[in-house]
Amino acid sequence: MTTNGDILTVRNLKTHFPIRKGVFARTVGYVKAVDGVSFSIPRGKTVGLVGESGCGKTTVGRTILRLIPATSGQVRFDGEDVFGVSAEEMRCLRRDMQLIFQDPYGSLNPRMTVESIVGEALTVHKIAFGAERRERVADLLCKVGLSSDHMGRYPHEFSGGQRQRIGIARALALHPRFIVCDEPVSALDVSIQSQIVNLLQDLQDEMGLTYLFIAHDLAVVEHISDWVAVMYLGKLVEYAQADVLYAQPRHPYTMALMSAIPQPNPVRAKQRIVLRGEVPSPVNPPGGCPFHPRCQMAVERCKQEMPPLEPKGGKNDHVASCWVTK
Amino acid sequence: MSENGVLLSIQDLQVTFFTEAGEVRAVQNVSYDIPQGKTLAVVGESGCGKSVTALAMLRLIPKPPGKIVGGEILFRGKNLLHLSEREMRHIRGNEIAMIFQEPMTSLNPVYTVGEQIVEAIELHQNLHGKAAWDLAINVLRQVGIAEPAQRVKEYPHQMSGGMRQRVMIAMALSCDPSLLIADEPTTALDVTIQAQILELLKDLQHRKNMSVLLITHDLGVVAENADDVVVMYASKIVEKATVHDIFARPLHPYTQGLLRSLPKLGEGQQRLEVIPGSVPDPLHFPTGCKFHPRCPHGCNDRQCQSREPQLEQYESGHVAACWKVRELMEKRTS
Repeated sequence: MTTNGDILTVRNLKTHFPIRKGVFARTVGYVKAVDGVSFSIPRGKTVGLVGESGCGKTTVGRTILRLIPATSGQVRFDGEDVFGVSAEEMRCLRRDMQLIFQDPYGSLNPRMTVESIVGEALTVHKIAFGAERRERVADLLCKVGLSSDHMGRYPHEFSGGQRQRIGIARALALHPRFIVCDEPVSALDVSIQSQIVNLLQDLQDEMGLTYLFIAHDLAVVEHISDWVAVMYLGKLVEYAQADVLYAQPRHPYTMALMSAIPQPNPVRAKQRIVLRGEVPSPVNPPGGCPFHPRCQMAVERCKQEMPPLEPKGGKNDHVASCWVTK
Repeated sequence: MSENGVLLSIQDLQVTFFTEAGEVRAVQNVSYDIPQGKTLAVVGESGCGKSVTALAMLRLIPKPPGKIVGGEILFRGKNLLHLSEREMRHIRGNEIAMIFQEPMTSLNPVYTVGEQIVEAIELHQNLHGKAAWDLAINVLRQVGIAEPAQRVKEYPHQMSGGMRQRVMIAMALSCDPSLLIADEPTTALDVTIQAQILELLKDLQHRKNMSVLLITHDLGVVAENADDVVVMYASKIVEKATVHDIFARPLHPYTQGLLRSLPKLGEGQQRLEVIPGSVPDPLHFPTGCKFHPRCPHGCNDRQCQSREPQLEQYESGHVAACWKVRELMEKRTS
């Protein structure tokens, strides 16, 4: 993990949601959606965040942007403490940090024209009005592969892929430096996914963007990411450079996850690790290593103590939390 | 395709939806065979007609607006389209069963899973009371649910997505169907759970010598589970072959594009190839070959723009509908 070139650092981030019950809505427990996550994102690079549904990856993305209040921990964006700034300062910070959503159908207001969807932020931040705003919106649409003729239309007139382009144009409107992409291609058809992935990469080169790319599709993540973080039950279990992680995964969960992906190649016979059971509930996570009930390599120690993230394979920038693997 | 006997054969099927906006020809001249004991995968993007074809087999097309306007569906030689509703009810469940994509919404939330499986058993088999419950517990055990005797008393919301999909499979298998239609059975599930469910389906298929029609958009799932593959685009079949041939020597430019645009594990950060444009609107299909506006070989070709190619056989058991196949094959060999 590099230290000086990082645009974003996350330290021991925790997001717990209270479970309330009864007439007085007493708190009876917590869902530990994110439980002590630390990583950093180098400037101009892409960090992929992968894991199964309910592992907390989306919550990490939203907590970083302060859309969900954090329980504890620290997020620094370009040296600034994201959780420490006032609401006014946060508004300025939001210009630099944007979000692209998974669902291109639900994330665009059906009653707004494309011009007002993409230009809304420009008005809110008092950057451009009237003719200037129109011009800016036209530029943005052009950048994402749509045309300025589309400005007066409504979201329902567009296909899924085009809607995702509108969502990307909206995220780019304020010239952000950092974008959280929350499953940006998983709702799209196969032939459209590659178009959007290429667009995101082109925009990154052109505008020097930094991405946190949240997805469950490991093949897409490998393709777009420089670094990859793997989450399981609210915890980071492995973090490494993409090529290193894919070539030599060191956490048994990462290994199982990779072997579970069906490959579009009928000839290659493949050794599959089929995991038993399912992801346990984050309300009541198992003691010790959270993965131990499903792990084939688990030893007695895994049931007692949570393994720390430590360097594996003799590399300082490849960390995993496992007692067994080296 | 394969030498086995054919269990179900679709001939020249046409399904049209008569909507206010106009006629949507959702399935056009589709023909394929499902061999006994094998898995046929139908691949295509959303709206290509792959699910509508499957619903037509069970005669479950909502009518109106939908209608089967032509063709035959032969199941063990019998045309399902000529059966009475009563005879058809005997086929559904007993002979052909279906599992759906959404394990969250396909189960009734106000009944226990046991009651729902028993309902299916009592409807289709001459079993009642304790015998039906015993069978329900037995099929839950077969699909790998631990402590099935307790689980039958639970409601769907008490189960996870993977568990609910197992219940759906158990329900489909409770009447020992000879054909299982699986419509995107793992799309809503996580990869590790997907691996479990596909493993389970394969295992059950071998034990019961069942035929499976697997409808999916995931080419990885196809490669690892299918024997034969049908590729659909814009209501029509564009290519048909064995799973090996489809991946080793795809003939249709659409199939080739799909395979090339997939990011593959272990290939690192090369730029992805794309199929330009998007899936055409079924109310306004392009003229000629429906793929020509997105095709790298046909977009400027007169013939592709004006005349629709028919399915033609190019190698043994390998058919495709494209004017350019011979040209492309020659290019590849030279």
